[in-house]
Amino acid sequence: MLRFTVRRVLQLAVVIAVLALLLFAWLRSLPGGPASALCGDRCSEAARAQLQTSLGLDRSLPVQLGSFVGRVVRGDFGTSTGVQPGVSASQIFLDRFPATVELALAAIVLAVVLGVPLGYLSARRRGTWLDNVGVVGSLIGVAVPVFFLAFLLKYVFAVKLGWLPSAGRQAVDINSTTVTGFATLDGLLTGEYDATLDALKHLVLPAVTLATIPFAVVFRITRAAVLDVLDEDYVRTAEAKGLLARTIRSRHVLRNAMLPVVTTIGLQVGALLAGAVLTETVFAYRGLGDALATAFRERDYSVLQVLILAAAIVYVVVNLLVDLSYALIDPRVRTR
Amino acid sequence: MTRPTTRRLAAAGLAALATVSLAACASSDRSASGGTSSSAAGATGGTMVFGAAGAPKLFDPFYATDGETFRVSRQIFEGLVSFTPGTADVAPGLAKTYDSSPDGLTWTFGLQDGVTFSDGTPFDAAAVCKNFTRMYSQKGAAASEAVSQYWADNFGGFADGAAPSLYKSCDATKASTAVVTLTRVTSKFPAVLGLPSFSMQSPTAMEKYDANTVTANGDSFTYSPYALQHPTGTGPFTFDSFDQANGVITLKRNESYWGDKAKLDSLVFQVIADESARKQALQSGQIDGYDLPSPADWDQLKQAGYDLQVRPAFNVLYLGITQSNNPALADIRVRQALAYAIDRKGLVDQQLPQGAEVAKEFYPSTVAGYSNDVMAYDFDPAKAKALLAEAGASNLTLNFYWPTEVSRPYMPKPSDIFNYMQANLQAVGITVNAVSEPWNGGYLDDVDAKKADLFLLGWTGDYNTPDNFIGTFFGSTSNRFTTGVSSWGQTLADDLKAADSEPDVSTRKADYEALNKSLMADYLPAVPISHSPPAIVVASNITGLVPSPLTDEKFASVSKG
Repeated sequence: MLRFTVRRVLQLAVVIAVLALLLFAWLRSLPGGPASALCGDRCSEAARAQLQTSLGLDRSLPVQLGSFVGRVVRGDFGTSTGVQPGVSASQIFLDRFPATVELALAAIVLAVVLGVPLGYLSARRRGTWLDNVGVVGSLIGVAVPVFFLAFLLKYVFAVKLGWLPSAGRQAVDINSTTVTGFATLDGLLTGEYDATLDALKHLVLPAVTLATIPFAVVFRITRAAVLDVLDEDYVRTAEAKGLLARTIRSRHVLRNAMLPVVTTIGLQVGALLAGAVLTETVFAYRGLGDALATAFRERDYSVLQVLILAAAIVYVVVNLLVDLSYALIDPRVRTR
Repeated sequence: MTRPTTRRLAAAGLAALATVSLAACASSDRSASGGTSSSAAGATGGTMVFGAAGAPKLFDPFYATDGETFRVSRQIFEGLVSFTPGTADVAPGLAKTYDSSPDGLTWTFGLQDGVTFSDGTPFDAAAVCKNFTRMYSQKGAAASEAVSQYWADNFGGFADGAAPSLYKSCDATKASTAVVTLTRVTSKFPAVLGLPSFSMQSPTAMEKYDANTVTANGDSFTYSPYALQHPTGTGPFTFDSFDQANGVITLKRNESYWGDKAKLDSLVFQVIADESARKQALQSGQIDGYDLPSPADWDQLKQAGYDLQVRPAFNVLYLGITQSNNPALADIRVRQALAYAIDRKGLVDQQLPQGAEVAKEFYPSTVAGYSNDVMAYDFDPAKAKALLAEAGASNLTLNFYWPTEVSRPYMPKPSDIFNYMQANLQAVGITVNAVSEPWNGGYLDDVDAKKADLFLLGWTGDYNTPDNFIGTFFGSTSNRFTTGVSSWGQTLADDLKAADSEPDVSTRKADYEALNKSLMADYLPAVPISHSPPAIVVASNITGLVPSPLTDEKFASVSKG
C-alpha cells in the first residue's frame, strides 16, 4: 500500500510540474494581458508599451519563465494585477479557498446524500413511478443551465419569498470574527452562532445550484451500477443461500456497486471547481471560481497561475484519494 | 469487528480534539456596535448598502483609473474644487475661492477654514503643497504613465523632467492660501482638480504608511499599506474596512467633518460583479442600490417602484477609423461615406437607452464650444455610395473590430451596435470583416496596434472642457486614429493646443466652435455616433441621491428612510 501511494504521489508531482509549465506558456499566448487590463481604454499606445517593459512582459518567454521559477522557489507566487492589485496571489487564494471548499463540500454532500440512496432505490424499484421520477429529475438536473437555475431559485426564494439571501457569503452587517475563514465554522468556534446561521443561509442556494449536475450524475451512475450488480450471479447465489436481504444489499450489492460511484464522485469533485466559476459569479459568492472569472477577464497572470494550479492539485489529489479508496474497497488493486 | 470501530472512535476523538483546540484559540472579536441590527436602522440614517460591480483596485485615488475605486474615493476624499451636484460645472471644494492671474499661469486658492483630515492633521496650504509635491515627485514604477495615469494624462511629466509638465510649483503663502503655478495656460484648470485622482490626502498618513512606494514585482506592482488599508482624507466618510473575503467595503460617517455631516451612519459597498445578480439583490432587499442597470430593465425597475435616475449623457460613442491601416481611409470622401452610410438615428432609437441622442460632434452640447452649425451627416446611403464611387472605393473591404465581455456607459451592448452598423455598411456595398475580441483579451491591444480599420470606442467626460474630449482624442498626432499620417494631423493638434491655452474664455469658446466645424467638415478622423445616458437605481426608501453626469455621486446627502 505504501509503495502504491508513493508511486502515485510521484506521478502527481510530475503532472503538476508539467502543468505549471504549460499553464505559464498558455497564459502568455492569450491575446491581451495584464498591461491591457491595467491601462484600460484611456491608455496611450506608448503607455501600454512602457507598462509591458516595467512588468517584464516584453522579455522572451524563457526569460520570463526563469524569473517566474526563481520567484516561486523563494515562495513568491506573484502579485495580483486585476483581482486585487498589490495583494499577493497566494493571499488571494487563501482568502477565497474556504468559500469554495464550503460550497463544493455542501454541493457534493447534497449530491451524494441524495444521489446514492435515490439511485439505489430507483434501481431496486426499477420501472416504478419512483424510478421514473428519479430518471426524469436527473435529466432535468443535467439539462438546465446553471445560470437559469440560479436565476429561478433566487427569484423564488430571495425575491418573492424573502427566505434566503440572493448574493454574498454573509450579511454585510454580521461583523463576525474570522478564525479559519470558513464562515460556517467560525461562528461555531467563537460562539457567534448567528454568523454561522447567516453563512448557512447564504450557502443554501449556491450549493443547491452547484449540486444539481453532480446529483444527477451520481444518481444515474448509482442506479446503473446497482442494476448491473443486481443481475450478477453472486447476488442470486447469495439470495439462494438464504442470506439476509440486508446483508446482501450491504455486502454484495452496495459494496460492489460503489467502485464506479466513488470514481464518479471523485471526478465530480474536480468538476465542481469548474462549475463553481459560474455559480460563484451569479451568487457573488467570493470563492476561487469568482476570483478565477475576474482574473481571466483582467488577464491577471499571477492569480490565474496560482488558482488554476491549485485547482489542478485539488483535482489530482482527489483522484489520488479515489485511487486509494479503490485499494481499500478492492484489495486486488493494491497488487497491480 | 473491533479494529474499524476503534479507528472510527480514534478519528472522532481527534476531530473533536481539533475542534475544541480551535475553539479554545478562537474568541469573538465583535465590537459592541457590531451585529446585525444595531446599525441597520439607526436614528441618524442607518446603513446604505450599494452594489458595486467590482472592488476598488486600491484606495489611493492618485494611482487609480477605474470607476469603482473613484466611487469609494469620492466619499472619503475631496478636491480643491468640486462639481455642482447634478452637473459637470466647477464649484468650490476645499478651496472656497480660486482665481487665476491675468496671464492664466498662477492660481490662488483660498482654503476653507477649520478643515482637518480624518486623522486630525490640519488641512492648510502646507498640506495642499505637500500633496502637489507628492504627485509631481513620483519616481520609478510610480512615475510610469500607466500607474499615475491621470497625472500623466492631465499634467504630463514629473519632477525628473523626462517629459514636460503642466505643473511648476506650489507655495503656501499663508496658512489659508495656496498658490499653484503652471508652465502654460490650460482650459482644464481648475476643473481638473475636481477629479478624485487629485484629491487632497493627509500628508501625515501618506508619510506614515509610505504612500509613494510602488514597485514592479515580477509581472505586477506592489503598493503601499496606505493605498491598501489607510486612505485618509477630509471627506464626509472615513475608511473603516475592506473585507476581501466577502467583498465588502465599509465606510463610516466622519464625525469631525467640516461641512454638513453625512446622514448615513455607514456606507457599505458590496461587490456583486454580475449585473443580473445586482438587480436581484436589490429586489430581495439585500442592497439599496446599484449603478448602470441594464437599459432593458429600466421600465421594469421603475414600475416596481424603484427610484431609477437617468444621468445627463456626458459621453460619446464613436466609430474609430485607423487611417494608416487602409489607404482608402485616408481619403475624406471615404470617411464621409461611412458617416452617411450609418443610420445613427435608427441606431439610437433601436439600440440605445431612452434619452440617448445622435452625436453631431465629438462632445455633448453641455460642453463649451459646442456648435450647432457643424456639417451634418444625415443617413443617406445613396450619397455614401456616390462618395465611395467618386473616391474609387466602391469595392471597399474593411476590418471592423468590436469588443466582447464589456459594457460601457456609452456602449451598453457592443454586439447590437456592431450588428446594426455592419448592416448599414454592407448596404452601401462595403464588405465588412468582423473581428470580435474580449475587451482585455486583445481588443484594446489590437486597436492600439492599429490592426483595425474600424473600431468601436468612446469616452465619458472627466470634467466640463472641450479639451477633455477632443484634446484627448486628437491633441497629439500619435493617437488611435493615426491623424499623424494626414497632412492636417499636426495642424489639428496645434490648433487644439492653442485653443486649450487661450486664456480668454469667449475667444476660447469661439476657437473650439471653429475646431468642431473643421473636425466634422474637413477632417472627420472618426464618426461620432451617440451620447447615451447611463442610469443609477436605488430603493424607494433611499432619498437625497443626486445623479451626476460625471458619475460623481456623493452619498453624504443620502438618507435611508
